[in-house]
Amino acid sequence: MFENIYPQLIGLCTGSLLLTSALMVWRHSLLASIRLLALQGIALAALVAVIGIAEGEVEVIVVSLLILSVKGIGLPWVLSHQSKAAIKHVQESPRLNPTAALLAVTLLTILSYVVVSRVVGLGNTSTGHAAPIGLAMVLIGFLLLISRRRARSQLIGFLLLDNGIATVTFLTSGGVPILLEFAFSLDVLLVVLILHVFTRRMSTKFGGTAVDQLRELHD
Amino acid sequence: MSVVLWIPLVGPVALAGLSLLLRTSSLRRFVGVAASSAVLVSGLLLVGAVLNGAVPASGDGLLRADALSAYMISVVGAVGLISTWGGLSSAASSRTKDAASYEALIALFLAAMSLAVLADSIGLMWAAVEATTIATAFLVGHHRTRRSLEAAWKYVILGSVGVAIALLGIGFIYAASVGTDTPTLSWLLLSQANLGLDPALITAGGALAVLGFATKAGLAPMHSWLPDAHSQAPAPVSGLMSGVLLSVALYAILRIQSITNLVIGPEFLRAMLSIAGLLSLLVAASLLIRQRDYKRMLAYSSIEHMGLMAIGVAIGPAALPAVLLYILGHGLIKATLFVISGRILKIEGTPVISDVRALLVRRPGLAIPWLIAMAAIVGFPPFSIFFSEVGIIMAGWSVGLGGVVGTALVLLLVIFAAFTRLTVQMTIGAPPTEVAVTPDYSTHGPILPIILALATTATIAFVAEPVGTLLRAATAVLGGTH
Repeated sequence: MFENIYPQLIGLCTGSLLLTSALMVWRHSLLASIRLLALQGIALAALVAVIGIAEGEVEVIVVSLLILSVKGIGLPWVLSHQSKAAIKHVQESPRLNPTAALLAVTLLTILSYVVVSRVVGLGNTSTGHAAPIGLAMVLIGFLLLISRRRARSQLIGFLLLDNGIATVTFLTSGGVPILLEFAFSLDVLLVVLILHVFTRRMSTKFGGTAVDQLRELHD
Repeated sequence: MSVVLWIPLVGPVALAGLSLLLRTSSLRRFVGVAASSAVLVSGLLLVGAVLNGAVPASGDGLLRADALSAYMISVVGAVGLISTWGGLSSAASSRTKDAASYEALIALFLAAMSLAVLADSIGLMWAAVEATTIATAFLVGHHRTRRSLEAAWKYVILGSVGVAIALLGIGFIYAASVGTDTPTLSWLLLSQANLGLDPALITAGGALAVLGFATKAGLAPMHSWLPDAHSQAPAPVSGLMSGVLLSVALYAILRIQSITNLVIGPEFLRAMLSIAGLLSLLVAASLLIRQRDYKRMLAYSSIEHMGLMAIGVAIGPAALPAVLLYILGHGLIKATLFVISGRILKIEGTPVISDVRALLVRRPGLAIPWLIAMAAIVGFPPFSIFFSEVGIIMAGWSVGLGGVVGTALVLLLVIFAAFTRLTVQMTIGAPPTEVAVTPDYSTHGPILPIILALATTATIAFVAEPVGTLLRAATAVLGGTH
């Protein structure tokens, strides 16, 4: 029974990962991006859980719970910690218009399929076939990092990139040992907290969080 | 012996806790020095053990100190000691709450670097390298000015994205090992021949991991965060980051390289690292010629030296003893220079080179050590940087990379000229005649760490036993014969 729906479940999870990534590029409101990030965290946790059940490994299922609590709940909560009313009105004015950005997402997805199938090979498992999605998420994360102007939106780009890396790792190797997964999650959590503190300092020092203002240091 | 492995991790963490607990005590300012000393002493003990043929391991193989790790942990301790001792804050300024977290973060930073060089698992090594970014983020932004905030933001974003790329690479390396009998991230297992790792995954993983760690090592074209972060951080932090954190990232590249060499041969990473190395030298040369800020000048000098070290790593085993000696020499001298630059900045109140003139006449107490250390960093003998540079260039010639080291030599000459000009501009010359000058012989801080660093760098290249033996043993570790 499970063998029959397994490829469909993998497809469903990776599909929602890609969909949330594309929507993050499309939507300009910060609150929407944070909600999408939470959804993506849940989809990633579900993907890991499906892999864990298929391989019959309890450790991987525990890892999926860890991911759910950090990426699905913890990080979005940290990001939206300040009053929701304030976030609701934060609109990003990105360097790319939505059409161009979505076109870029399409191209990046195709690119990652080409790269993965040429360099590594897709293999004959359903997880191997889905691996390019992770790489596409990494590239879309880069796109967000480059094209967004506000500090918090860049932060979301970084988290998307990180989710992409986790997706690739789980799809190609079925996950790393749990102790390391714990260290990775802790590292990401701390980086986000630090950037969050810097964002606050930035808005008190500069009166805004546009990263464009950071151009005093140069040669 | 295996208990010694835990000292550089547990010691600094305990001291960090102590720093936060010790309220309004002036003892707190010695936390960084104590943590560095703990790392240095355990490093020397591990070197002793390694030279006797032992390979201390602990925590079910989680921590392991072969000759390379033992050497690196000693370098971390030595450079840490010079930076923290030389940059010791005054008793009055160490009573604030800021000072408590500052000293605590320095200690945690030292612990993270120690973990990075002692971890056997490349995954744990990755996590420790990322932890160094976390520990140093607030240290870079310590002054809380607009400029330091900008530097810290760029540093954390670029540093963590770079290291995230390395994680992707490590994920691929792990995926390659899943296809074998023993899925593992242990360097010891991965660096064994005949494991049957998948070459395509190792190529992709090795390239991404090296790219990621190269960002952290400040190699061009991923270097743009480095001059900002290293010039805005407080002097002891700059000394630690420039002197040893970059080398820890290079160490990570060495470990990854030894895994990929076994599976796909040295050619692939050799091309990648040679290009990055030459680009770094080019960036450093072009930006040093017109440099106006002396702390940024030191930061670009680090990019230059890391570039040459990367070329050494690209050359392979023939150049590795020179590279490892380079790591120590560059670390000590760069820490010294940053410590002195911090004192000049404090006393002169400006980081601009053209505003600091005739230092030799006005402040010989600072100018003389500055000049000696500058001579060492541009590669005058008897300082060990000279012998390392010669060693790398000779080795490059012998393995047929004459074009690469020839180009590097030309760029080194440009950098040498730029450095000499800037140093002369700062130190030599007569002060303005209308102001009466009384020479200031004060060193404005402890002079002993500076003397120790200069003396060590001047003599270490002549000590064949045990230094030469240790460097050869460390090179043998990477060659797979351990």
